[in-house]
Amino acid sequence: MADKRATREAFGETLIELAREGRDDIVALDADLAKSTTTAKFAAAFPGRFFDVGIAEANMIDTAAGLAAEGKTAFTGSFAVFATGRAYDQVRNTVCYSDLSVKICPTHAGVTVGPDGGSHQMLEDIALMRVLPRMRVLVPADFNAARGAIRVAASTPGPFYVRLGRATLPAVHPDDFVFELGRAYVLREGADVTLVACGVMVERALAAAELLAAEGVSAEVIDAATVKPLDADTIVGSAAKTGAVVACEEHSIIGGLGSAVAEVLGERQPTKLARVGVRDTFGTSGDPEELMRYFGLTAADVAEAARGLLRG
Amino acid sequence: MQQAADITRIEQAARTLRCDIVEMLAEAGSGHPGGSLSAADIVAALYFGVMDHDPAQPKMPTRDRFILSKGHAAPVLYAALAEAGYFPREQLKTLRKLGSMLQGHPDSNKTPGVEVSTGSLGNGLAIANGIALALRMDDNTTSRVFCLLGDGELQEGLVWEAAMFAAQQRLENVIAIVDHNGLQIDGPVAEIVAVDPVAEKFRAFGWEAMNCDGHDVRAVVTALQGASGHHGKPTVIVADTVKGRGVSFMEDRCEWHGVAPTAEQAASAIAEIEQMQD
Repeated sequence: MADKRATREAFGETLIELAREGRDDIVALDADLAKSTTTAKFAAAFPGRFFDVGIAEANMIDTAAGLAAEGKTAFTGSFAVFATGRAYDQVRNTVCYSDLSVKICPTHAGVTVGPDGGSHQMLEDIALMRVLPRMRVLVPADFNAARGAIRVAASTPGPFYVRLGRATLPAVHPDDFVFELGRAYVLREGADVTLVACGVMVERALAAAELLAAEGVSAEVIDAATVKPLDADTIVGSAAKTGAVVACEEHSIIGGLGSAVAEVLGERQPTKLARVGVRDTFGTSGDPEELMRYFGLTAADVAEAARGLLRG
Repeated sequence: MQQAADITRIEQAARTLRCDIVEMLAEAGSGHPGGSLSAADIVAALYFGVMDHDPAQPKMPTRDRFILSKGHAAPVLYAALAEAGYFPREQLKTLRKLGSMLQGHPDSNKTPGVEVSTGSLGNGLAIANGIALALRMDDNTTSRVFCLLGDGELQEGLVWEAAMFAAQQRLENVIAIVDHNGLQIDGPVAEIVAVDPVAEKFRAFGWEAMNCDGHDVRAVVTALQGASGHHGKPTVIVADTVKGRGVSFMEDRCEWHGVAPTAEQAASAIAEIEQMQD
């Protein structure tokens, strides 16, 4: 089972699997963080197909683009803050503008980075990537979903962003889970409130549903694993049924999943909405679980947000 | 594959490129004449003498690749592609217009012969390195990757990330050319942030480096042909050029970086170009 494995662990492993299945086109690049991101495992297995550009993230993305222009499927590592932030021009003006098969899969997204602190806790990456034309944004909830997300990125042409994390997580999906691009998964049906979450918050949303059930509140839990293109039909359908939506993400409440949900609901099914996420601040040093409490990202916080909607 | 370059043919092509640049910019009403004209002899040498390429097969696997890192000089690239036969010459008058296959900066989705889109300065060399790595992985030891940069562009840090990486990876199939015309938008490069000595800088980064007169076609061809196979080192050719070369009222003037000539100015420019003797 995938319990207690981090999504980043799926990266190197899945690239190796794909390479062994005959995907000779797959290459990987990193920027001096290969051990942390696990691209080092791919490098060890396929040394001729891995390139470390050193501490040069913009170079990493453009070099990946050049490889992709020649028919390779280029996966990049590094950390979320650097791969999206430092290299934003390259992601936009080279990768997306030229519609190249560069799969940007950085690790260490969110506050669960922990003690490294705010400079390294990337809380704006979903927003930055989501707004780019041609970019697909995948936020896997667990190790199994991460394996599936990487496979989808590998087998679908064009730019992809796959958000991976440092922390080990409980399993949400079974070992044979097949990640479908553009599909939001209804993990638990309910009638009173919709909890739509991505990444580490999916498991917390499920736990919140349990807390709410004990109070007689029936919560529907949706894993919005593809933030772009968002499965608007599933989310709108759920909102129509429940009349209240809580969006949950380990990310700023501005520009990420909560905003994506607000956009579709506002246009198609105006519904009371609460956003659980980091409230427009930077992260800070601390223990990962302690930070999740500090920033209001626990199951209890999700349940309280739901109660707030139902009270008001 | 090296074959003897026809210097006269290249010089003729350079005159054609210059006329086309001026005409297409006048028609478009906007664009970048100065940096397109300064590169005309270099691009003519590449497309009509040095590079192995086939307009009927823009993706021929054994082709040499060209990346216009100074993407605003798109007119010189489009002129070369039209002259070579990648697309009908009539398309040149659609430059920068809505729906055109010739965008303001090179767009690989829209124009055959454009390998990867450029326009944001500093990106081309890193992209070229990625292409070079792929060629090596595919055991292609003959194709070269030519990358044309501006000298103001060398102010972008990413150029130097790419330079370090190319040397580290021993990319001897990468040949960079710097269109060293000394000017940028806000003034002479030396007065903004000096980049000289360029060849020395690249040598310090582990490259083979040489200078040449960027308007002496024979010298440019010799430098380009001699550039490959430098035993594990990428090569840079620092081509000394004049911004706006070929049009007297544009030569060596910052103001002609990004302003298109009027129809009258274009007519006068073309008259001058047609009289150019090299």
